[in-house]
Amino acid sequence: MVAKRIIPCLDVKDGRTVKGVNFLQLQDVGDAVELGKLYAEQGADELVYLDISATVEGRNTFTSLVECIALNINIPFTVGGGISTIDDAARLLDVGADKISINSAAVRNPSLIDEIASKYGSQFVVLAVDAKSIDGKYFITTHGGRQMTERELFEWVREGQERGAGEILLTSMDHDGTRCGYPCELFAELSEQLSIPIIASGGAGSVSDIVDVLSKGRADAALAASIFHYGEITVGELKKELMKHGINVRI
Amino acid sequence: MIAIIDYDTGNLRSVCNALERIGAKYCVTDDVAVIRSADKVLLPGVGEASSAMSKLKERGLCNVIKELTQPVLGICIGMQLMCMHSEEGDVDCLGIFPTGVRRFIADREHGVKVPHMGWNRINNLKSPLFKDIDEGAFVYFVHSFAPDVCDEAISLSCNGRQFASALAKGNFYGTQFHPEKSGDVGEQILKNFIEL
Repeated sequence: MVAKRIIPCLDVKDGRTVKGVNFLQLQDVGDAVELGKLYAEQGADELVYLDISATVEGRNTFTSLVECIALNINIPFTVGGGISTIDDAARLLDVGADKISINSAAVRNPSLIDEIASKYGSQFVVLAVDAKSIDGKYFITTHGGRQMTERELFEWVREGQERGAGEILLTSMDHDGTRCGYPCELFAELSEQLSIPIIASGGAGSVSDIVDVLSKGRADAALAASIFHYGEITVGELKKELMKHGINVRI
Repeated sequence: MIAIIDYDTGNLRSVCNALERIGAKYCVTDDVAVIRSADKVLLPGVGEASSAMSKLKERGLCNVIKELTQPVLGICIGMQLMCMHSEEGDVDCLGIFPTGVRRFIADREHGVKVPHMGWNRINNLKSPLFKDIDEGAFVYFVHSFAPDVCDEAISLSCNGRQFASALAKGNFYGTQFHPEKSGDVGEQILKNFIEL
């Protein structure tokens, strides 16, 4: 059977990785290519690089960075942040990205999913979704959680799957950066409703949080940043722990 | 020199990058003379089988590939095109490996998802292509169709059903997984291919 994946996420600004707590405070935690290489050597199954630059210069720096990542890293990687047209996706594919993730732009223009998937294949399209709960119901937010929408989570991810998304990367904005665990019931329900893989993001504070989301939450992969960046646990140590808990991981 | 066959099926960047990392000399080409005279030939491929097959035909490459005598490695769709037939687009392929390519069936209850995406094990390894590779090693897959098990299978993997994750017949080799994205294991497999 296919192994559960551990995916370190690197937020990149002007070629360097940063990580925000609840997306507000940013702290520089290192060189993007070197950090990615280190994670790959430690046993990361994939990497996600998110461009959080807001300027044209920042975007161009990121494109050159992606080229450098593709040349140096021997595992698959996804890039995201600021992709709003098929040309943005094509530019990143051309420099060697294996997958792109789209978020706000897909909410604004859902046919972007169809467009990219039909041209480059579903395996290339990760639909990133930031959800927030209101009265027990989850809704989609955009712009890094700053803007609420009226789209209901389950309807949106089903639509995304039908339009050709190859994976769903779900962040619960109520949990992101809090380090108090993932909403496992939400993930299990999502897994029940979708046939494409689900990547759980936002909230990992301990090994047992990750164990829970991969077992009870039935997620196919867990994405995390802080616990790796600050060296609390290495990817390798985490995977050994997961294996002890009976989770099928690549070691 | 390794000739990477360019028949306009998506991005060849990651294959080129992997060859760069292991220090191999390569060129990307659809020139028949260059392909025939290369030491090794790589047939990559992303996308959909029947349209990929049409593109090989348009470029007049079908017989060229079948008649090659140096080691040839098909990757993913590249390998599927070397089989008899694919269910994807119901297309007859090159017929080098005597097996058919069939779709996976999703089975939520048992956690079988389609596409089969991520790291899975290769077992029953039997080929110099897997020199120094451990039985049960993990490699990276992204696909919804796979070749049926046959005598030419040199590795087996499982996603709901067992399938041939690598094939070999004479000078022809194929991997369903992506060695160019399979970490150190994948790079070793590419090195092994170069040393054949």
